[in-house]
Amino acid sequence: MNHWVILPILLPALVAPLIALAMRFDIVLARIFSVASASLLVVLACILMAMAYDGSVHSYALGNWVAPFGIVLVLDRLSAMMVLLTSVIGLAVLLYAINGWDKRGAHFHSLYQFQLMGINGAFLTGDVFNLFVFFEVLLIASYGLMLHGGGSLRVKAGVQYVAINLIGSTLFLFAVGLIYSVTGTLNMADLAVGVRDTPAGDQALLHTGAVLLLLVFAVKAALVPVQFWLPGTYANAPAPVAALFAIMTKVGAYSIIRVYTLIFGGTSGEVAWVAEPWLMPAALVTLVIGAFGVLAARSLGQMVSFAVISSMGTLLAAVGVFEREAMAAALYYMIHSTLAGAALFLVVDLVTERRPGHGDLLVVAPRFAQAGLISAFFFLAAIAMAGLPPLSGFVGKLLILDAVRDTPQVVWLWGLILATSLIIIIGFARGGSTLFWKSTAQPGEIASKVPAGTLPYVALGVLVAGTVLMTVFAGPVMQYLEETAYQLFNPGDYQSAVLFGGLAGGR
Amino acid sequence: MEFMVATAVGVMTAGGIYLVLRARTYPVVLGLTLLSYAVNVFLFAMGRLTINKPPVISDFAAGYTDPLPQALVLTAIVISFGMTALIVAMALRSYLESDSDHVDVPLPGESQGKDAQ
Repeated sequence: MNHWVILPILLPALVAPLIALAMRFDIVLARIFSVASASLLVVLACILMAMAYDGSVHSYALGNWVAPFGIVLVLDRLSAMMVLLTSVIGLAVLLYAINGWDKRGAHFHSLYQFQLMGINGAFLTGDVFNLFVFFEVLLIASYGLMLHGGGSLRVKAGVQYVAINLIGSTLFLFAVGLIYSVTGTLNMADLAVGVRDTPAGDQALLHTGAVLLLLVFAVKAALVPVQFWLPGTYANAPAPVAALFAIMTKVGAYSIIRVYTLIFGGTSGEVAWVAEPWLMPAALVTLVIGAFGVLAARSLGQMVSFAVISSMGTLLAAVGVFEREAMAAALYYMIHSTLAGAALFLVVDLVTERRPGHGDLLVVAPRFAQAGLISAFFFLAAIAMAGLPPLSGFVGKLLILDAVRDTPQVVWLWGLILATSLIIIIGFARGGSTLFWKSTAQPGEIASKVPAGTLPYVALGVLVAGTVLMTVFAGPVMQYLEETAYQLFNPGDYQSAVLFGGLAGGR
Repeated sequence: MEFMVATAVGVMTAGGIYLVLRARTYPVVLGLTLLSYAVNVFLFAMGRLTINKPPVISDFAAGYTDPLPQALVLTAIVISFGMTALIVAMALRSYLESDSDHVDVPLPGESQGKDAQ
């Protein structure tokens, strides 16, 4: 059996308690171990990527219990890509955080490693209940990170965040229970078979379970009507944590893509493509609400949060077509929007720290330190987020628009994506000119005690370079993603690797 | 028995949803607890309601009851118990720090300056 697949979960799972127990009072040592672990994760993710690159599906039976009786981890093109994205964002945000953020509360680094473990686990697991468990791991770690540094507003937003996610977990259990009661299995590959063979009398229960599960993932992905938790949480979370959370909404999107192509995909009889009638309208409304939120935001943090919501709308609208080309474009947009969103949250923090008394509120204030450099980064990240040429947001939206040309919903998709792009551009232009441009006319300069260091700019540079690379190498990336989408819509390899391959590989 | 279990799940879910929608933290926490009770009973019933059967296949018993939902319920209980404890602690801290137990977060700019970093 190939043990590489479990390492992205195992490594942070071992490093986190080590940091919590042995390095509680030694921030330097904790930083070294944390960065080393995050860097190793990038290397591991590259190895996994190389393994999955040829289109093979690797199944790892935990404890060597044969699927569907045991729990399996599955590595295919999509999960390898998501693990790589997580590790890159994880490393960049960690570099940002070790410039001072990690000292504002206890246990930042161990929580951070647990967070990475949960996210990697959610991307790699091939079992629905195990997905629930990894959701909980990443959520519990995120509760701790969200509260990092304290403050009454943050705790208040944290209570909301925990409450909405507890309700989400409850719904998840209801959905899993319903699906288990009619299929008798929770292994994703086996579920695809079980769902197809469900008798007609149980179809209503199965349908209910499937739609409930979609609602759960919609909560994670911040889809209307369950998007309202995101702006409060992200805008009040510590900035590096909000930047890391940019990947957390993608866990919801990933789960939707995985479950509704593999389990409720084309081969599942009556419940085939059960997500289709719900996902597209919800995603389009999300897109519009996000865009208006960007326009109405009072602070930069809020503005970026709504931009993230809007990008989730674009992404899931393209997913909701459930066509191969649109899926490849959606995956491209997913990588891009994660990088751009994380970069913008880091910019928010740079601004907040340099404007004591004003924070990230969109009010005109005197110049602050390093405004030129920060505004350049804001400009680049906002261009990427809004989808202006030449950065990857433009390429991503173009690919989506091109892929949905022959679908019946083309008018809605084209109209709303283009109109919201304009609204978001106006919103960001307004925010940027208030924060950076108009401040030059004000006398004086805000003095702030900002910790010196180039690390924040390195972190930001990595994220922005990511979007630039996505633009320059759009061709090869799209080739990979098209094959990924092909794999998603032809789940035969996945099923045979899990149900039969695990046996052959294990002995 | 089916009726009893079904009503129990239904009533607890309805009560839980009502309480979760309240504006103060304490009812919300109670509502979350009720919801987690409801889901535990629900999950248990998903393995079908059987009485006096072992959760393993054995030569000495006429049949067996599905052990998997029981394992799932155990996991769910542990997680929801821990999370309830966490949210109680957070709600208390939120109340102590802001002198109000309302769930709502003020909009940016409304509590300017008071917010610590």
